[in-house]
Amino acid sequence: MIDLEAHLRAARSAGRKLLVPYVSGGLDDEWVDLVRAFADAGADAIEVGIPFSDPVMDGPTIQEASVVALGRGTTPTSVLHDLRGVADETGVPIVVMTYYNLAYRAGDVRFAQQLAEAGVSGAILPDLPLEEVGPWAEAADRAGVASVLLAAPTAPDERLPCICARSRGFVYAVSLLGVTGERTELAATATVMAERLKAVTDLPVLVGVGISNAAQAVEACAVADGVIMASVLMRMRLEGTSVTDLGAYVASVRRALDEG
Amino acid sequence: MALSEPTMPGASRVMGEPDPTGRFGRFGGRFVPETLVPACAELERAFRTAWADPGFRGELDHLGRTYAGRPSLLYEASRLSEELGLRLLLKREDLNHTGSHKINNVLGQALLAKRMGKSHVIAETGAGQHGVASATAAALLGLECTVYMGEVDMARQALNVFRMRLLGARVVPALSGSRTLKDAVNEAMRAWVADVERSHYLLGSVMGPHPYPWMVREFHRVIGDEAREQCREMTGGDPDVVVACVGGGSNAAGIFAGFAELPDVRLIGVEPAGGAAASRGIPGVVHGSVSFLLQDEFGQVQEAHSVSAGLDYPGVGPEHSHLADTGRAEYHPVTDAQVLDAFGLLARTEGIIPALECAHALSWIVQERESLRGQTVIMNLSGRGDKDVAQVQEILEAGGIGGVS
Repeated sequence: MIDLEAHLRAARSAGRKLLVPYVSGGLDDEWVDLVRAFADAGADAIEVGIPFSDPVMDGPTIQEASVVALGRGTTPTSVLHDLRGVADETGVPIVVMTYYNLAYRAGDVRFAQQLAEAGVSGAILPDLPLEEVGPWAEAADRAGVASVLLAAPTAPDERLPCICARSRGFVYAVSLLGVTGERTELAATATVMAERLKAVTDLPVLVGVGISNAAQAVEACAVADGVIMASVLMRMRLEGTSVTDLGAYVASVRRALDEG
Repeated sequence: MALSEPTMPGASRVMGEPDPTGRFGRFGGRFVPETLVPACAELERAFRTAWADPGFRGELDHLGRTYAGRPSLLYEASRLSEELGLRLLLKREDLNHTGSHKINNVLGQALLAKRMGKSHVIAETGAGQHGVASATAAALLGLECTVYMGEVDMARQALNVFRMRLLGARVVPALSGSRTLKDAVNEAMRAWVADVERSHYLLGSVMGPHPYPWMVREFHRVIGDEAREQCREMTGGDPDVVVACVGGGSNAAGIFAGFAELPDVRLIGVEPAGGAAASRGIPGVVHGSVSFLLQDEFGQVQEAHSVSAGLDYPGVGPEHSHLADTGRAEYHPVTDAQVLDAFGLLARTEGIIPALECAHALSWIVQERESLRGQTVIMNLSGRGDKDVAQVQEILEAGGIGGVS
């Protein structure tokens, strides 16, 4: 499996801003094609959602995508089965995003092994904060899966170095107070969060939640090492945008980031 | 009946404080988005300080006495006792202001929210009892209030929606998932994430991240403390059995807390058969803590099904999970049809129309009457049934549930 942190650090060292688009696993018959299209469009990693029944950190778009995926009979097993070999084939690492109960139910060690066997490089579990992450993070470390932690604007300064020390792959800077979903403007807190994190860590700092278009991605990357984009892409997909057109959209964000 | 004394100080307390990570045994914890961690920590500090402050306790007791109607009666249900062959004492939380035990917790949390400088409270509600209580406390203390309620429950409990609005609260439908209590909790948590600096999440049960399960139980402990003293005065001893319905489990936690350290008193939680997390669930993590949960083999949370909107929840509080795990309390499921029978029975024999939630507790007593013969049983009558009358009428006129009418 691809080493997430090494991969992202290498891209950053080459002077590149990091772009991580999101796909809801099991959303439709073409979801793996969408992963490949995003890889071709210049993604530095791809976040794949494993749908959960109660996604408390997600707004209406990702909730809807989760409901659609679950309605099609999507399970963690089916998503990981479909992902097998995809990262090796594209050369772009895959990071899953899901909620802790799916790991807890399977068992931390077993779930981490399942991710590793599918070639998944990392995992984001947004309901598993620093104080509770221990057993999972140890299991993930042992399986070679990067356990990515989130840092939010409400964290006092002294908390951030602790989060960065336990995070693997990159650190996920939550741009604002709120759940995932499109916003008309980049929150003022987005670059502040990135600055606060850059001041305490050498890990790649990626801003996510609310990054809604190329201009906002560029604005965030004035400070951050990269961005995660999810709701805008899934909204377009749910509205019927084709794999080709959505790939082209991600490529346009890539160009905007490259041009600064 | 012997008057048993609480265990000696120094022994580990049953229903005492959770450990520093907010755990009761292997259950509990603080599984929330990073955004909420500082708010939970701040709430824990604020509650700990307030609960040790005689000024805060005095203010809450004063509101309890002068506004909510505490202490609530312990009523000897003589006719029903005779019919069942046991001595049944009803803890009349239904006579509290707003008609249920919920007022104990909301007054405590609303006072705490003010003390913390919050101007807005967010609440979730199933049947509407906690929503109405929250809107009431917010009105009383001059706080803004937003209540999240599943769309299905808003239809089932339209009058309570109107009550909340009359009290000045904003009621927002939860449109995702099963559109019942669990989805209302999801929406309330999302709203809290987005507005955490100004808002306090006024959670309505003994669930959620630490310190909620502990704090909410402490605000309801008054039920058990009063009932224990009232029972001693009335009968000269302690009851054999204490029975309460359990959804998330706040009324049960409150009354159990008064008896947990009396080892001879049996504690019984009664769950709906369609939402029997404590009796049939598997440990899982949702809504902030590890607890028994109805879920599938992959960890997807299953939907509960109950005639009672207030118990339509696939989980149960972490401390109940622990009490079930250690065997200190027993949890039993009852069916909707059995519950409707008990609902009618209490109305006919005692002139009391109970909330459908509490009819669960009575239903277990009715079924167990042979094994309970001659025993003293305290049942927490945690809410009045006015809110359920229209729904029960509809069910009975349609021929009842499963042929029972």
